[in-house]
Amino acid sequence: MRKRTITSAVTAGAVAVALAACGSSTPAPGDNAAEPTTGAAMETTAGGAGGDVGVFTWWAAGSEKKGLDALVKLFKEKYPNDTFVNLAVAGGAGANAKAKLAADLQNNQPPDSFQGHAGAELLDYIDADQIEPVNDVIDALGGDSVFPQKLLDRLTVDGKIYSVPSNIHRANVVWANTAVLKKAGINEVPKDLNAWMADMDKVKATGVATPLSVSGTWTQVQLFENVLIADLGAEGYSGLFDGTTAWDSDEVKQAVADYKKLLTYANTASDGDDWPVATDMVIAGKAAYNVMGDWALAEFTEKGKKEKEDFTYFPTPGTDGVFDFLADSFTLPKGAKNPGGAKDWLMLVGSAEGQKAFNLAKGSIPARTDVPASDFPPYQQSAMEAFKTNEIVSSIAHGAAVSLAWNTDISTAISKFYSTRDDATLVSDLTAAAKKYTS
Amino acid sequence: MRKRAKDRLPGFLLVLPSIILIAIFVYWLIYRNVATSLDQTVTRATKRVLNPGGLANYSKLLGDGEYQHALFNLLVLTVVFVAGTMFFGLLWAVLLEKGVKGEGFFRSVYLLPMAISFIAAGVVWRWLLSPGVGEQAVGLNQLLAMMGLERFQNGWWQSPTQFSMAAMAIPAIWQLSGYVMALFLAGFRGISEDQREAARIDGASEWQLYRHVLFPQLSPIALSALIIIGHMSMKMFDLIYAIAGQNSYKASVPATLMWTQLFAQNNPTAAAVNATILLVLVAIVVVPYLIYTSKSEKGTH
Repeated sequence: MRKRTITSAVTAGAVAVALAACGSSTPAPGDNAAEPTTGAAMETTAGGAGGDVGVFTWWAAGSEKKGLDALVKLFKEKYPNDTFVNLAVAGGAGANAKAKLAADLQNNQPPDSFQGHAGAELLDYIDADQIEPVNDVIDALGGDSVFPQKLLDRLTVDGKIYSVPSNIHRANVVWANTAVLKKAGINEVPKDLNAWMADMDKVKATGVATPLSVSGTWTQVQLFENVLIADLGAEGYSGLFDGTTAWDSDEVKQAVADYKKLLTYANTASDGDDWPVATDMVIAGKAAYNVMGDWALAEFTEKGKKEKEDFTYFPTPGTDGVFDFLADSFTLPKGAKNPGGAKDWLMLVGSAEGQKAFNLAKGSIPARTDVPASDFPPYQQSAMEAFKTNEIVSSIAHGAAVSLAWNTDISTAISKFYSTRDDATLVSDLTAAAKKYTS
Repeated sequence: MRKRAKDRLPGFLLVLPSIILIAIFVYWLIYRNVATSLDQTVTRATKRVLNPGGLANYSKLLGDGEYQHALFNLLVLTVVFVAGTMFFGLLWAVLLEKGVKGEGFFRSVYLLPMAISFIAAGVVWRWLLSPGVGEQAVGLNQLLAMMGLERFQNGWWQSPTQFSMAAMAIPAIWQLSGYVMALFLAGFRGISEDQREAARIDGASEWQLYRHVLFPQLSPIALSALIIIGHMSMKMFDLIYAIAGQNSYKASVPATLMWTQLFAQNNPTAAAVNATILLVLVAIVVVPYLIYTSKSEKGTH
C-alpha cells in the first residue's frame, strides 16, 4: 500500500508539471465567470476560452470510448480555440480512475473537468470542498425547460447543482429469455413481486433450476434497490436518503424478506463476478430473468440476439412507472487551471447536439428531453419516453442516491447478507450505515 | 584511529545513498503514516467528525465489528497458508532431494506458479473457486463432480462457516509452495553427504536419518520460510481483491479494508490506523527473527 501511494504521488507530480506548463502559456479569460450560485447569464467567448482543457474520465474502451470520441470531435468543431486533453484512466470500471483522481485532488492538481456519477456520489467531493457549483452552466443550457425538474431535484445539494449530466441509464429493468418464458407458459408481464415469483415457480417447474440470475456484490445491491422501490414506492424509497423513511421501518423489513425470497430463486454467485456472467445466463437459457441496467442491451445484441424473438425487457415488477436513474456527469473542480475552457466543455456536454452524439454512440439516453427520440434505436426510444413521464428515483448501486462511502457500507451489508441470509442483521446494518451518513 | 576513519569513509559514502533513500522512503513515510493515523478529521462542508483523533482512532477501529471479522479472517488465512506451504514445500523438497529423474523439470513445474502475478492468477482462481454446487457447479466443484465426489462440493471461501477464509489460502499455497520447496532444497544440498553416510553406518533408519540428522539442520531455513510466508500472508491484498472483488464481506482482511477506507470511504486517517496496526502485527513476527539471526550470525563469527 505504501508503495502505491508513492507511485500515485509521483504520477500526480508529473501531471502537475505538465499542467503547469500548459497553464502558464495561455491565461484563461473565463476566470471571472466562475462566480458560483448565481443564476445570472454566464460569460462565454465564441469559439472557446482558449488553452488546454484536461478532461478526466474512465472512458477508455468500448462504446464509452466511442461516445467520448464523438464528443471530442464536436468539441473541436464548436470551440476551435480550445485544445482537448484526454486524461482518461483505464480499468476497473472507474475504480482505478477514482484512485488516481483522489490523489490528484489531494495534491491540488485537479483536471479541468472530471467524470463522476451524478448525484450523491459527488457528495464526497462537495464535502471536501473540491468542486464548484455549475448552476450558471445549467441555466445557460436552459435549466428546467430542457432537463426534467425531477432530475434536477435529484442533483441539487443545498440549492446548488454541482455537475452537468451527460447521459442517463435505467437500473430497474428485467431482461428475460423469451424461449424460457414461452416454455413455462408465461405470456404476461408480472404486475408485482409476488406475481413475478409465482412466474419463477412456473419456470422452475420446466427444469430451469435458477429462474433468476445474480452476479457479484454490486449487482446484488442493484437487485435489492429494485425490491426496495417495489415495496416502498418512489416516494418512500427516496425518503430513505433524506431521513423521512426509516431504514428499520416495516416496509424495509418487508423488502428484505422479499429480497431473501428472491435469492432462493437465484444462482449461487461469487462476490467478485462482474455483471455479464449473470446476463449471459439469461442469454444461454440457464436463467429466465436478470435485473440489470440498460447497458445489458449491448450484451444481447453483441451475442446476436434479437429483441422480442430471443429476449424481452420490462421494468422490474412493482416498479412500473418509476425510472431508477443513474447518470454520468461532468464537474468543475475548484482550482481548475482553465475554468473558462472547462465551462466550454460543460456547455458542449449539456448541449442537445453533444448529448445526441454521445448517447447514440454509448447506448444510453440523453439527460435532456428536447433531443428527438426518432434518431435512437427502439429500446432507447422506450426509455426516453419513460424518463419523460415516470417518477424518477436515484440508484444506490451506481452512486446517484448515496455517497461512495455510504454505498460501500450498504454493499458490505448486502455481501454479508448473501452468506448469512439473516434479515435482522441486514436491517440493523443498513440502519447503522444510514445513521453514520445522515446525522 | 585516524587511519581507520579514513578507511571507513569510502565505504560509508558508498552506502550513504541507500541510507538516505531508505530513511526517506521507509522510515520517514512510516512516521508520516503514524502521524496521519492520529489526526482528527472533520468533513469540510457537513462538519461530520470522521476520526476523533489521537488513540481514540485506534480504539474506534479495533472496536469495529467489521475490522474484528477481518482480523479473524486474516488469522485463519495465515495459519492455513503457512501450514500448507510448509507442508507441500517440505514434501516436494524431500521428494526431489531423493534424486528423481528429471529433477530440473519438476523443480520448474513447482516453481512456475510463483512467476505468475497474484492478479492474473486471481482471475483464474475466482472461476475455479466458484461457489455454485450441483447443476451450477463450475471450476473445482465441477471437477469434484466429474470424479464422483459431489458430496465434497462446497462454496469455498463463500461457505457459510466462519473458517471459510481457509479456502482463500488454496491459491496462495499453490503459488508459494514452490518457493518454500526451493528454500528447503537449497538447505538439503548444503548438508554434506558424509553425515548421511555416517548415520547409515551407525544403523539409522531412513526416518531416523531425516528426523535426527537432516531436519534439525534445516530449522533456520524453516524459520526463514515461516517468516517470509507469514508476513506475505498479512500483507496479502491483490489475490483477495482479484478473487472476491470490492466490498466482499466473507473475504475481507485488514489489507482489503484499507483499500476501502482510503479510496471508497475517502478516509486516509482510518486507512493509516489500519496500516499502522498491520505494521505492528508484521513487526511482532519479523523483529524477533531479525534479532535471532543477528545474534546467531555474531555467534558464528
